[in-house]
Amino acid sequence: MKHKILVVDDDPYILMSLEFLMKKSGYEVHVARNGTEALDIIAGQLPDLILLDIMMPDVDGYAICERIKKNPAWKHIKVVFLSAKTREADIQKGYDLGASLYVSKPFSTKELVKSVKELLGA
Amino acid sequence: MSGWIIALVALLYLVILFVIGYGAERSDKAGKSLVNNPYVYTLSLTVFCTAWTYYGSVGQAAGEGLYFLTTYLGPTLAAPLFLIVLRKMIRISQQQHITTIADFISARYGKNFSLGVIVALLCVIGIVPYIAVQLKAISGSMEFLMAQNSTAPAVSHTTLTLAVTVVLAVFTVLFGTRSIDASERHQGMVAAVTFEAVVKLLAFLAAGIFVVYFLFNGWGDVFAKAAEKVQLPDFTLNGEHGFLRFTVLTLLSFLAFLFLPRQFQVGVVENLNEKHLFKATWLLPLYLFLITLFVLPVAVAGLLLIGGNASSDLYVLALSAKGSKVLAMVVAIGGFSAATSMIIVETIALSTMLSNNIVMPLALLRRSFTEAGLSRLLMRVRRFSILFIVLAAFLFERVLGGQFSLVSVGLISFAAVAQFAPALLGGMYWKFATRKAAIAAILAGFAVWAYTLVIPLFAGAGYLPASIITDGPAGMELLSPQALFGLRGLDPVTHSVIWSLLFNVFTYVVVSLFTSRSDQEIVQAEFFVSAVNNDEQLSWKRTASLADLQTLLSKFLGETRARILFQSYAAKHQINITGDIADPRLVGFSERMLSGVIGNASAHIAVQSVVKEEKLSTGEIIDMLQETQQVRDLNRALKRKQDELTRATDELRRVNEQLREMDEMKDEFLYTVTHELRTPLTSIRALAEIVHDNADMDEQEREQYLNGIVRESERLSYLITQVLKLERYESGRHKLYAQPVNIVSAIGEVAQSVKPLAAARNVTLNLFLPDSMLLVQADKDMLVQVIYNLVTNAIKFADAQHGTVNVRLFFDDTEARVMVEDNGKGVEPELRELIFDKFFQARNQTLKKPEGSGLGLAISKRIIEMHGGRIWAEQVQGSGARFIFVLPI
Repeated sequence: MKHKILVVDDDPYILMSLEFLMKKSGYEVHVARNGTEALDIIAGQLPDLILLDIMMPDVDGYAICERIKKNPAWKHIKVVFLSAKTREADIQKGYDLGASLYVSKPFSTKELVKSVKELLGA
Repeated sequence: MSGWIIALVALLYLVILFVIGYGAERSDKAGKSLVNNPYVYTLSLTVFCTAWTYYGSVGQAAGEGLYFLTTYLGPTLAAPLFLIVLRKMIRISQQQHITTIADFISARYGKNFSLGVIVALLCVIGIVPYIAVQLKAISGSMEFLMAQNSTAPAVSHTTLTLAVTVVLAVFTVLFGTRSIDASERHQGMVAAVTFEAVVKLLAFLAAGIFVVYFLFNGWGDVFAKAAEKVQLPDFTLNGEHGFLRFTVLTLLSFLAFLFLPRQFQVGVVENLNEKHLFKATWLLPLYLFLITLFVLPVAVAGLLLIGGNASSDLYVLALSAKGSKVLAMVVAIGGFSAATSMIIVETIALSTMLSNNIVMPLALLRRSFTEAGLSRLLMRVRRFSILFIVLAAFLFERVLGGQFSLVSVGLISFAAVAQFAPALLGGMYWKFATRKAAIAAILAGFAVWAYTLVIPLFAGAGYLPASIITDGPAGMELLSPQALFGLRGLDPVTHSVIWSLLFNVFTYVVVSLFTSRSDQEIVQAEFFVSAVNNDEQLSWKRTASLADLQTLLSKFLGETRARILFQSYAAKHQINITGDIADPRLVGFSERMLSGVIGNASAHIAVQSVVKEEKLSTGEIIDMLQETQQVRDLNRALKRKQDELTRATDELRRVNEQLREMDEMKDEFLYTVTHELRTPLTSIRALAEIVHDNADMDEQEREQYLNGIVRESERLSYLITQVLKLERYESGRHKLYAQPVNIVSAIGEVAQSVKPLAAARNVTLNLFLPDSMLLVQADKDMLVQVIYNLVTNAIKFADAQHGTVNVRLFFDDTEARVMVEDNGKGVEPELRELIFDKFFQARNQTLKKPEGSGLGLAISKRIIEMHGGRIWAEQVQGSGARFIFVLPI
């Protein structure tokens, strides 16, 4: 069965790239352009992994991660942060909230794909 | 009243004085000085008010009107100068152990012996007549009281005066010469004088109150009755040269108050704390005011009730006698106290001068100083001087006293003392005044004084032919003593003061300019003018055998005291006193200590006799002085530098703090900038990698990805441009090219350029602009940029379906106001200020700034501020955001 991946980013080109990469790696891909949309999709689709931006206009990535990890039904969802926030404290905060990986933007597409594959154990 | 009772009361009064004085000295020794307070100091200064004041002012007021006031105006005008002149005199005197005015002048001009002699002698000559009139006033008042009792056996005037003289002389000896170091001060004397100051004031006020309120019905009554019945003196200054006389007399009493020997004694030598001067500056004029208060009514009452029956100098007493014998006695005691205080202080001061400035130096020059008994000699000289002075006054009174009023003789003394003023004041403020000039000036002034005032006195008494005054000596009218060089029409005192001071000052200045100073003079002049302690800096290279020096000091101060002084000074200055040779500082110290006992000229002679001096060249002295000056300047400069440094440190700390804050802000900004740049960079990298790795993409998809790369690159360069622009504005490197700009057409231009964008987003753009043009001082490109930023933002955030953007322009006399409104979601209240902040997306910010605002608002804000305007955001009624900026016109 195909793994489900949710990609959340408010930048259309990044969203487009990530969607392309994940699809090409053989995953079932859903996209969200903001936090609210993301939460709807999580509830509806229950993805295995989320590529999550932090800075968004409505609900930020940290808050979404927190919601996922607090919800027993969602706890197993792996969260990978993708963010331009590169300070030590920001990264630490991401891991503290239970993220599997914190990737600084800009990132290498090959390495991202590799990491995702490792996380999903395929 | 019986003469015996009067004599008894007078003696009793003296006993009380003695007890007070003795008590004050005892309590001082016990460590509780009774006289160390400003009130005592001020009251002791009123030793200025003598029998002249007490009896004479009334006589003067009755005789010639307002001129009596000058005696009090002089000191009152001098009072504000206490803090300048008197304080400087006190500082100098205390540092140099100066004890008389003769000492002061001689010390200033190089501790010169002859100058001290001249000043001392002239003081005695000038002041003996003044003491004489005090004696006359005492015996006169006693005679008056005795005359009230017709049965009293008549005592001859001479016998009475002699008795008074002898008693006072003995009393003064007891009072003034019990201790030998004149600089140790006479606290007992000060206490007694203070007591007398109170007695004379209260007695005079009692007499005045009795006259005005008991003999008459108040002030108005006195003058009203007098105006009816008697010829009053002219109470204006309209007489011939009235103002000139008034001014000269005021000047005289002004100078006398500062420079009379007894004033120097109480004001300078006896001063225990220079802070007392502050209170004295207002308290002394108050005392003078009180003691003058009743002079006029008493004088007028005397003219009215007594008239020619008695000498007008005794009006006070005669009027009081109309009340009761007791009142008359009280008033007489008041007069007695005024006279005795003057006699005591003045003779002590004069005897110190005679002994320290004349007798001791001569004795020291003739005999070997080591001879035993010098200290006893000194004591004898003092006592003898007192007797001599008082007896001289008695003789003067016998010979000339009968014919002159208190005031006229007093003024002659004042005029004599005024001759010291140029040398003294000049010496304190003019370094280049020389000893020769001081001697010449004082002699010249005195010669003129004697010629114009004393010779007429003798001529008037019949000891010289009267023709000298009327026709001049040997018929030379130009040299007539009272109309010198044809100056006529002035009264004798004014005439004399003008000529004598003119000659005096002229001689002083001219001789100073044409003579030079000795080494010792240079040092002393420096000290007097700058009044700084030159103790250590200016130590002469004088050494002496330690034993000799100690022996010398012991002769005058006693062995124990000399040893203690030596040891404490040595300890304080860390001088070794175990060897054979005394340190130069110790030599200077010894000389100052001796000055207090025997005067500085004598002390100088005495110390020089044991000193092995290394002769200093003038050059060396000048070097020393300059060094002192340099050290002082350096100190001052250092202090200033230190203050500056402290200020600079504070400033630095503040700036550092500011820099730190700015540094943090810079970090924050950099982080924000890189954060902003990361987003397009991420897109570009991802898109490029995908295109690169997927050669098999179809053409259309590849086109889309490449297009994305181009768009994001553009966004990147736009961002960089914005950042640089903002940086340039903020650093102030961007110059404002302000010129009159028509803001109406600027808005029009922007509207034209954003038309395609508005159309693309389906937004209606409405302009509400005035018809006329509106000029503001602005940089046109920058202004256009602000309007462009606001309008494009508004278009982006306007309602997606039915977008509307309104641009409005208002103005009044002072400012233009531009509003840009949209009908979008609006800006949340808590973000309204943050959106202008370039650090908006800083550390703890995780919510994204509304898209598109970028750095545009931060830049806009900076531009508006550079133009002196304001910019802010509001909520439009209903919905939507409104951005407003205001520019001054």
